[in-house]
Amino acid sequence: MSDPLNLLSEKSAKYSGPDSSHSAGWVVPRTVLLADEEDPLPLDCGKTIAPVYVEYEVYGELNAAKDNAILIFHALSGDAHVAGWTKNADELGRPWLKNRPGWWDDLVGPGKAFDTKKYFIICSNILGSCYGTTGPASIDPCAGRPYGLSFPVVTVGDWVRLQERLVTYLGIKRLYAVAGGSIGGQQALEWALAYPDRVERAVIIASSARLSDQGLSFNVIARYAIRTDPNFHSGDYYGGSTPDRGLSVARMLGHITYLSEISMQNKFGRKFCNGDGPGYHLGVDFEVEGYLRHQSESFVERFDANSYLFITRAADYYDASSRGDGDLDKACQTFQCRTLLVAFSSDWLYPPEHMKELALAMSRNRKHVSYVNIPSSYGHDAFLLEVDRLSHVVKCFLEGGPE
Amino acid sequence: MKMRRKSRWDHDAIYEIIPERATVLDLGCGDGELLARLIKNKLVLGLGVEKDIDQVAQSIAREVPVVNLDLDEGITGFPDKYFDFVVLEKTLQVVNKPIFVLNEMLRVGGAGIISFPNFGHRLVVEYLASTGRMPITPVLPYQWYDTPNIHLFTVRNFLDWVGVNNVRVIQGLSLIDGKATPFREEDDARAEEVLLVVSTGLS
Repeated sequence: MSDPLNLLSEKSAKYSGPDSSHSAGWVVPRTVLLADEEDPLPLDCGKTIAPVYVEYEVYGELNAAKDNAILIFHALSGDAHVAGWTKNADELGRPWLKNRPGWWDDLVGPGKAFDTKKYFIICSNILGSCYGTTGPASIDPCAGRPYGLSFPVVTVGDWVRLQERLVTYLGIKRLYAVAGGSIGGQQALEWALAYPDRVERAVIIASSARLSDQGLSFNVIARYAIRTDPNFHSGDYYGGSTPDRGLSVARMLGHITYLSEISMQNKFGRKFCNGDGPGYHLGVDFEVEGYLRHQSESFVERFDANSYLFITRAADYYDASSRGDGDLDKACQTFQCRTLLVAFSSDWLYPPEHMKELALAMSRNRKHVSYVNIPSSYGHDAFLLEVDRLSHVVKCFLEGGPE
Repeated sequence: MKMRRKSRWDHDAIYEIIPERATVLDLGCGDGELLARLIKNKLVLGLGVEKDIDQVAQSIAREVPVVNLDLDEGITGFPDKYFDFVVLEKTLQVVNKPIFVLNEMLRVGGAGIISFPNFGHRLVVEYLASTGRMPITPVLPYQWYDTPNIHLFTVRNFLDWVGVNNVRVIQGLSLIDGKATPFREEDDARAEEVLLVVSTGLS
C-alpha cells in the first residue's frame, strides 16, 4: 500500500534516463474499453458496472507463442506506469510523471529482474483508482455525473476479473508470471486462485492472505479522516473544493505504516527542522513532521480521496481463505502455479509471520511454493527499496540461476 | 550456516536411499542440490527448509521449493507422517534444540535420515587427549569459536537416544578411511561420519 512515487523522488540521483540502456524507455499508456452495456463487469457486491475503461502499459515484446507475458500489479496509490518514462504526462494531466520513472523502474527494464528483453510486461490501473481506469471520478452513465460514493464497492476479486479481460483482449491464454507487492501481491495471489490454469508462476511480495486487524484499523482511520473533512460533501466534491485535509491525514498515517521504527530513526533521528533545539511552537518543528507534511501535500495533488476510500476498503475485504470457506489450507488446494512468497523482516503492516502461514498452508497441500524473508530495515516500503536482494530472488525464481 | 565439505558421500547415499516418487522434507537443505536431483531424476515431491537466505536463493534457482525458516519453525507446521522421509544431512549438530528436532522429525516423517560427524572418532578423541584442545580434523575443520557445530555428539550418544525412545535403526553407513561401509556399532571409534535411517514405525 506504499507510495512508490514519493519514495522514488527521494533518490533521483539513481535514475537512469529514458535513453539509458537500463531503462524501459519512453512509454505511452493505452486505454481500452473492457466492459459495456452488452457485457458489463459482474462484481462481488452483486452489481454490475459498465462502461469500464482500463488504462494499461506494456513493455517488451510478446513472442509468437504468446507465452512470455508477465502481469504486474500496483499497490494502493500506484498506476499502470510501472517502468520507463511517460511521454505524454502533460496531456494526461499528470505533470508529476515528468520528474521520475515508473514506480518499479528498479525491477522492470532491460536486464532487470523483470527483464523487458525477455518478457512482455503488462501493468494496468485498478478499478476504482484515478489513473485512467474507471473509478469514482468517472461519469456514471445513469446519472450523467461523477459516481462519487455511488461507485460500487469493488474488491480485489473484481480487479482481477477485469484484468483477466485485459489479458484475454491482448490474446494471452497463459501468463508466464503474475507479480506484485502489498495490495499488488494480493492481486497476484487472487490471480493464482481465480485462474489457476492461466498462471505459471506467482510472485507475491510484502503481502499476505489477508490484512491483520491492526493493519485494517489504519485504513479505518484513514477513511474516517476523509469522510469527516468539511469539503467531503458525501463524496460529491468534484468541480469544487476537495477534501484535502482528510486525505492528507490518511496519507500521513499510511506513511507511518510503510516505514519501520528503525528506518524512521535512520531517516529523521528526532532532528529538528531549524537548528538543534525545539522551536517552542506547535507547527512543523521535527524533520519527521516536515516529511509527513510534504508527502501528504504532494499526495493530495495527485490522488482522489474517493479512490482512497474504495481501494482501502477492497484491501480490508480481501481474504484468500474465503475461497476455502474460511480455511486457508482448503483455499490453497486450488493452486497450480509455482509460487514465490517474499516478506521483509521489518514489515509490520504485512509481517513475515503472515507470509510464513501462507507458505505453510500451500506446503501442506504439496504445492510448489518458496518463501523468503529478506532482512531489511525499510519496513513495508522494502518492496520498493530493497532492490538488489529482491531482484536476485525474483530473477532466480523466474529463470533459474547460474549453473 | 551448514557445514560445507568436499566429501559428499552422505549426500550420494541419501540420494540412493530415497525411492522414486517419495515425499521428502530436507531440513537444512543448503543450496538445494540434493532435492534438485531427487526431484529431477526420481520425481520426488520435495520441500527444503533453510535459514540462510543466499542458499535459499540458490535452491529457488534450482527450482526447488524451499522455505526460509529456522528448522523448528519449518517442521512444526506439518501434520503427522506428512513426509515419507525427513532428511537431516549434517544438520542436527547445528540446531539449537536437537531433541525437539528429532522428535518432530519422527512425528512428521515416516523415516528420518540423519548424517553427522562422529565426535567419538579415534582421531578426534586422540586430538583432544594429546593437545588438550578442541579437535580440528578434516571432518571438524573449525576452531571452537567459529564452529557452526553447537551440539557435537558421538555415535554412542546417538544410539543412547535411539535406545530410550523406541526408535529403530533401519539401515546405516559409516565413513571409515574415506569409504562408506555398512554401519556397525563396534566401529564407533573408526567412523568419521555416520548416516542412519531411523523410524518409529513397524515395517
